[in-house]
Amino acid sequence: MDIFKIIDKFQQIDGDAVGRLEYASRRHFMNRIGSKLALTAIPMAFAAVVNKAFAQSAGAIDVLNYALTLEYLEDEFYKGGLAAANLIPASDKTIFMQIGKHESQHVAFLVKALGAKAIAKPTFDFTYNGAFADVFSNYKTFVTVSSALEDTGVRAYKGQAGALIADPQILEYALQVHSVEARHAAVARRLAATLLGMPAMKGWITGNEGAVPPIYAGEDNMTQGGVNLKGLASKTDAAITEAFDEPLTKEAVLAIAGPFIKS
Amino acid sequence: MHTNTKYRSGKEDEGASLVNRRLFLRSAGLTTAMGTIVIAAGCTKEDHPIPGTGDAVDLGSGDIGVLNYAYALEQLEAAFYAKVVDSPYSGMTDAEKMILTDIRDHEIIHREFFKAALADKAIKGLTPNFDGIDFTSRAAVLGAAKLFEDTGVAAYNGAGRLIKDPNYLLLAGKIVSVEARHAAVIRDLINPKSGDFAGDDILDMNGMDKAVAPADILSAVKGYVKDTINGANVGK
Repeated sequence: MDIFKIIDKFQQIDGDAVGRLEYASRRHFMNRIGSKLALTAIPMAFAAVVNKAFAQSAGAIDVLNYALTLEYLEDEFYKGGLAAANLIPASDKTIFMQIGKHESQHVAFLVKALGAKAIAKPTFDFTYNGAFADVFSNYKTFVTVSSALEDTGVRAYKGQAGALIADPQILEYALQVHSVEARHAAVARRLAATLLGMPAMKGWITGNEGAVPPIYAGEDNMTQGGVNLKGLASKTDAAITEAFDEPLTKEAVLAIAGPFIKS
Repeated sequence: MHTNTKYRSGKEDEGASLVNRRLFLRSAGLTTAMGTIVIAAGCTKEDHPIPGTGDAVDLGSGDIGVLNYAYALEQLEAAFYAKVVDSPYSGMTDAEKMILTDIRDHEIIHREFFKAALADKAIKGLTPNFDGIDFTSRAAVLGAAKLFEDTGVAAYNGAGRLIKDPNYLLLAGKIVSVEARHAAVIRDLINPKSGDFAGDDILDMNGMDKAVAPADILSAVKGYVKDTINGANVGK
């Protein structure tokens, strides 16, 4: 991230950006670049500026609030799982602590960036109207839902890339979160494959293989860039579908996530 | 939880240093304040890599440049995994072989896809240089794989903002998440059941992956390719 280029860009949109950065003690901020403190100082001062600039781009705000909804959902899901007694075995606790930490960080980042425009956290029902009634008492169910949420998150972020093409810095942040969701998904899928006895389920998505089949609709797509890749490099259909992850529209994602969201 | 320091003192670091970790960290870190710290922490007395000694290759400009950039990186990844699968390290388990073969196939598919999509605008086939990688050693191979996958993720993330055509942006998005899945699985092979699959050594304090500009990525990988790649106009 070239922070100075970004500040210049926001200065064009928001004439007072540097003035407010000054308020956040620009000299102090500059002195600390390269020190560990800069790691937190930059995002905080930066978020204040970003927030103003965002006001210029209603589309970006919608995308970020949509992302925030999903991150709230994931964050609360892992908080619930980690708090439940005798749910996650000790051997897997580190994995879910790491995933949960990232979801909390994503929420914090988005809330800070959106400022007053951030939506409030919804109320969730992780039983999905009873379909996952034992989600916080049966580890298999918990891992099933985890893999489904992560894979859906990957599809959701991917589906918004085009909507952010005019906001390069926000696009970049979204991409940086997107690939982290994919890292989570790969590990959650491998845990689910073992627990559920689904050896065909790998860290990558073969055809539309997954623990909750409906959310993988379209993952078996063979056509990329307008060309059917069947037989490419003499590889199998399975390998070709694994090599490309597929997006979902906001409508499709909200239809999937809807039953988790009470209000 | 593994901190940077703890991670670096781990055994798997041997593999990573064999493929010249320092170069990657130095180059990939150039653009961020985080990088500055990483540079200091990652500094060792390793030699500079062998510079490209083959042909000069220009990736071109605009979206074609970005696609050629991706094609170049996929060529290196595909060649690496082809060699890994052809000459397995000692003690490679069946499960590991299956994973590495899957990844090889994905990278070959990515490579061939870009080659076909670029048609007469595609750069030539590159000549990789993996002399520094000990393919008989599990630690060296998985360390190199981790480096290539993390680099691929950072490269695609950094290239996104350079793409003008939304169809190409979506294609890059379809591929980068697969690279991220690879990175997570390779990291889990190296350090199972840890937090390393999305480790604190690679993510920032906002829980985000790196996004690195082409110039820095090309500088980081130049030790692995004999050709001299010019990416100055990628996305411009």
